[in-house]
Amino acid sequence: MTLTTENPVPMVVAQGVTKSFGTNHVLKGVNLEVQRGQVLCLIGPSGSGKSTFLRCINRLETSDAGILTVDGSPVGYKEKGGKFYELHPKVIAAKRREIGMVFQRFNLFPHKTALENVIEAPVLLKKIPKAQAIAQAKELLTRVGLAERFDYYPSQLSGGQQQRVAVARALAMEPELMLFDEPTSALDPELVGEVLEVMQDLARSGMTMIVVTHEMAFAREVADTLVFMDGGVVVETGNPREMLSNPQHERTKEFLSKVL
Amino acid sequence: MTTPTPPSSQEALAPQGSPAESEPRVIIKRKHPLRTLAATLIVIFAALFIIDASQRPAYDWSTVGLYIFDRRVVQAAVNTLQLTIYSMVIAVILGLILAVMRQSPNPILRSVSWFYLWLFRGTPVYVQLVFWGLLAVIYQTVDIGIPFMQPWVSFETTLAFNAFTLAVIGLAMNEAAYMAEIMRSGLMSVDHGQEEAAVALGMTWFQSMRRIVIPQAMRVVIPPTGNEVISMLKTTSLVIAVPYSFDLYSRTRDISSEIFNPIPLLLVASIWYLAFTSVLMVGQHFLEKKYSRGAGKK
Repeated sequence: MTLTTENPVPMVVAQGVTKSFGTNHVLKGVNLEVQRGQVLCLIGPSGSGKSTFLRCINRLETSDAGILTVDGSPVGYKEKGGKFYELHPKVIAAKRREIGMVFQRFNLFPHKTALENVIEAPVLLKKIPKAQAIAQAKELLTRVGLAERFDYYPSQLSGGQQQRVAVARALAMEPELMLFDEPTSALDPELVGEVLEVMQDLARSGMTMIVVTHEMAFAREVADTLVFMDGGVVVETGNPREMLSNPQHERTKEFLSKVL
Repeated sequence: MTTPTPPSSQEALAPQGSPAESEPRVIIKRKHPLRTLAATLIVIFAALFIIDASQRPAYDWSTVGLYIFDRRVVQAAVNTLQLTIYSMVIAVILGLILAVMRQSPNPILRSVSWFYLWLFRGTPVYVQLVFWGLLAVIYQTVDIGIPFMQPWVSFETTLAFNAFTLAVIGLAMNEAAYMAEIMRSGLMSVDHGQEEAAVALGMTWFQSMRRIVIPQAMRVVIPPTGNEVISMLKTTSLVIAVPYSFDLYSRTRDISSEIFNPIPLLLVASIWYLAFTSVLMVGQHFLEKKYSRGAGKK
C-alpha cells in the first residue's frame, strides 16, 4: 500500500481491539479511527475501558487481539507476511516519542524543577543541546502560562500548575499525537479551567488529540468527535453538540442523563 | 472590574480588638523539680565517671597516646577502611541487581534472588567468612574453559585469592543480601506513575530507572544504607575468621598480647572506629541533602 498526500493514513486505527486482565475483559472489540488534526473526546462510565484503550495506543498496556495502528504501523509489532513480530523495546520506546501523554495524577518528576521536567526527555532522548532545550522549554512553559515558575519544584506548584507543566513536558518531544487520560479529574474545581484552556489552545494549533474526560462542556466546545464507550466497546460516535443534546443509543442517553 | 469597598464596611469586617491592642498575658511557667533533679544527678555521675576514668591506671592513657598513631595501627585502620569501602561498594551494586531481579517477570531470576537472600541472610557472617577461608580447600584450582574439557587456564585458588580478597568477598556477599532488601524497599517507594511517565516520554526501562526511579529511591535508601556502612565498619572485626589479621581489631589485639596490656589497645581501636563512624555520619548528612531535592515545600 502506498501513501499519498490526498489519502493520508489516519493517525490511529483500531479494529476489534480486545484486552483482558485475567478474567476481566476490559476491551471487547474497540473500533475507532482518529484522523490527523482531529480532537476526539472519549466519555463513558468508569470501568468502560476508555483509559485502558488510551494506554494501549502508546503500549503502556498491550492489547490482546485486533488491529491497532498508529501512523499506519501496528503498535508494538512489525508486520511481515501476515505475521506480527514483537518489536525490540528500544524501537517501541522510540515510537513512544511521537506520542505525548498527560496523566490524571500529573506524574511530574518530583526531584526536578518545572524546567528540568520539560528538558529531561529532549536532552536525554533527542540529544538536543542543553541551552537550546532550555530555550525551548521556557517558551513552552510560557505558552502554558508558567513563565514565572521555571525553577519551582512540583511540590511548590498547585495541581493545575503541575498539570500544565506536564502538558509542556509532553509537548517538548514535539509529538504528533497527544493522549490525555482524565487530565482534570484530580484537580480542585477552580483549577480545572486553566488546564482546559491550555488544551483548547493546543487543539486550535492543530494537534491531534484523544482526550478521556468527564468535562462535557469541554467536549462540546473543543472536540470534533465525541465517542461514548461502555462495557469495553464503542457504543456511539458523533458530533459532540448533536450527541450531547440528542443521543441516539439507549445507554448513551442513560449515561448523559446522569452526568449532564 | 471590582468596585472599591468603602472604608466603613472594611472596618465592620475587621475582627474586634486587633492583637496589638490586647493586653499581654502574664504567664507563670510550670516548674519541673523532678526533671531538674534527674538532670543534675546525671551530670554529676557523668562528671565523676570522666574524672575517675582519666585517672584510673587500668585505662593507661599514656599507652593509648603511644599507640594511637603507631605505624601498624594506622596501617590497620587504613585496611579496615578499605575492607569496609570495597565490600560496601560491591554489596550496593549486587544488592541493586538482586532487588531488580526480584521484580523481574522471569521466574528463574526471581527465585535465584530469593534463594540468595535465604542463604546469605540465614547463616551467620562469621560462619560464611570461615567458609570463604576454606575456599582453597574446597576448590583447589580455578579453571577457565569449556566444562568437562581440558581448561584453557588453570591456577591455584590460594594464589588467585589472598586473605584480604576473600574477606572482601565474604563481607560483600553477606551484606548484599541485606542491601537487596533495602534497595527493594527504595524501588517500591517510588510511585509506579513515575516509571510510566518516563516510559511514555520514550525512555527505555533502563533509562527510566537510571534517570527517574533510582534517584528518587535514593532518598529512602540512604538512611538504612548509612546504617549498614557503619555496621560493616564494625563487622570487619570478624575477618580474623578468614583468617585475615591486619584489620584494626586483630592488629591491636596482636600488639596488646605483645605488651601484655589489653585495655589501652581496645581504647585505641575504639577511638579509630568512632572517628571513622563520625566521618561517615557527616558524609551521610550531605548525601541526604543532595537527594532531598524537591521533597516537601521550601
